[in-house]
Amino acid sequence: MPFSRRLAPYLLVLPGGLWLAVFFVVPVAMMASLSLQTGNLIDGFRQTFHWQNYTDGLSTYGDAFVRSLWYGFLATILCLALAYPAAYWIAFRAGPRKSTYLLLLLIPYFVSFVLRTVAWKLVLTDNGPVLGPLRDHGIVPSDFHVLDTGTAVIAGLTYTYLPFMVLPIYVALERLDPRLIEAAHDLHAGRAATFARVVLPLSLPGVFAGVVMTFVPASSDYVNAEILGGPRNTMIGNVIQAQYFDDGAYPVASALSFTLMAILLAGIFLYARALGTRGILDTTAP
Amino acid sequence: MTTRPTRRLSALHLYTLLLTAWLILPIAVMILFGFNDVHGKQNFRWEGFTLKWYTHLLAKPDLTIAAINSLTIATLSTAMATALGTPLGLALARHKFRGRATTTAVLFLIIACPELVLGASLLSMFVTFNIPRGYPTILAAHTMVSIAFMTTTVRARAVTLDPSLEEAAEDLGATPWPRFRLITLPLVTPGILAGALLAFVLSIDDFVITNFTSGTTITLPLWIWASTRTGTPPQVNVLGTLIFAAATTLTLLTARRK
Repeated sequence: MPFSRRLAPYLLVLPGGLWLAVFFVVPVAMMASLSLQTGNLIDGFRQTFHWQNYTDGLSTYGDAFVRSLWYGFLATILCLALAYPAAYWIAFRAGPRKSTYLLLLLIPYFVSFVLRTVAWKLVLTDNGPVLGPLRDHGIVPSDFHVLDTGTAVIAGLTYTYLPFMVLPIYVALERLDPRLIEAAHDLHAGRAATFARVVLPLSLPGVFAGVVMTFVPASSDYVNAEILGGPRNTMIGNVIQAQYFDDGAYPVASALSFTLMAILLAGIFLYARALGTRGILDTTAP
Repeated sequence: MTTRPTRRLSALHLYTLLLTAWLILPIAVMILFGFNDVHGKQNFRWEGFTLKWYTHLLAKPDLTIAAINSLTIATLSTAMATALGTPLGLALARHKFRGRATTTAVLFLIIACPELVLGASLLSMFVTFNIPRGYPTILAAHTMVSIAFMTTTVRARAVTLDPSLEEAAEDLGATPWPRFRLITLPLVTPGILAGALLAFVLSIDDFVITNFTSGTTITLPLWIWASTRTGTPPQVNVLGTLIFAAATTLTLLTARRK
């Protein structure tokens, strides 16, 4: 092979690769380093390998951590339960209307995520279009709230990330060879048996991708908790944000972010291994 | 077919319609409250129909600046990610080189990491090196995320190409550049377009990474976020409605062309 041809891939990779190194690899390393430093905004920070940032952060904000993972888990389960039947119907029964329904599912993403959450606040507010009339007619008690509860946050997370669950399940079901279903029927499998033993197992890669794509952003979200949840339902994202911006407690904030990253990535790998699925990229790429 | 399965199918159909309605509900509310004749700061109760927020769309200069920032950052970061991510995607699909596994792992991590962690790590680096945050840092961060998505879509497209097409061009005497321009590029263009669309949409709507890298620069999602504490003015609904209309039209046009 001529020299120029051996050099070609490196020339292709170098510019983009450098960008990723400078704005992803180095920042993560800096966050790891900062998470072990001590100091304050005025005197600056020094590297002291202060592992207590991790234990302090976790003991002070452990409840927010647990709440985040719990809310993320519940939202993921709700998304899965809500998404599967719809993905199933679109993949197998929608016929020529398939692309219309897919577009309708994606339409929320044409509106800013923050603005959608504000719109939900508007819908669910105490004197708003839903609760206002219900209260005026005495259908719900006047001290009945939806906003500022954990339920509102979980509902908001479910709403926000539902399409992330529908799409990969739809892709997996759509790829399923219909002859397999016919073969199951020919072998006298009923509808339930066909679903349980043919359709469901073959859609599991899609379910896996959907669960990861929903759980990761849902458990680290702080927009829903801030706008819909009020001050008593803060998630770890709210804590990290406040630590960076309001308190300037960079080392503890870095330690918390690093812990969150480690927990989520470890979760993904364990989950992938337990399910025996290949990488997420394989299942999401068309 | 018996009647029982048919009835069960239509139940699923109805369910899908209801789910779709639920997804669209807040958007309908957003559009409606852009026509609300509010007088106070809170846009929560319907007070009558007006078009005044459409005619006074640019009455809040800082909101206009935020919208322009969002638009230019999305355009520039998409262009940069296209230029940097396309070659990366092609190299991963078609070449063996040292560092290939590392590159793949980094791309996977960027997509798998929560945005919160990406933003927090960027801020940690900017703080450590004392780099002031603002427009350039937002642009750099958005480009980084967009490269990951761009590379993934281009690679997915490029691995499906038949290598014999390029070999044929080579046999016919085409040198590397014409071979790329006339054969490879047209074939991977759908992947590039899909990646660019994804990058643009992700950038213009990004809140979390922007929040961590913005300094005092304001984008549309940041402006809306700040306004939730004092009351979101109807102009935000109008802007949201206009962006929604533009995005829907664009999508329908590209879908029809396919």
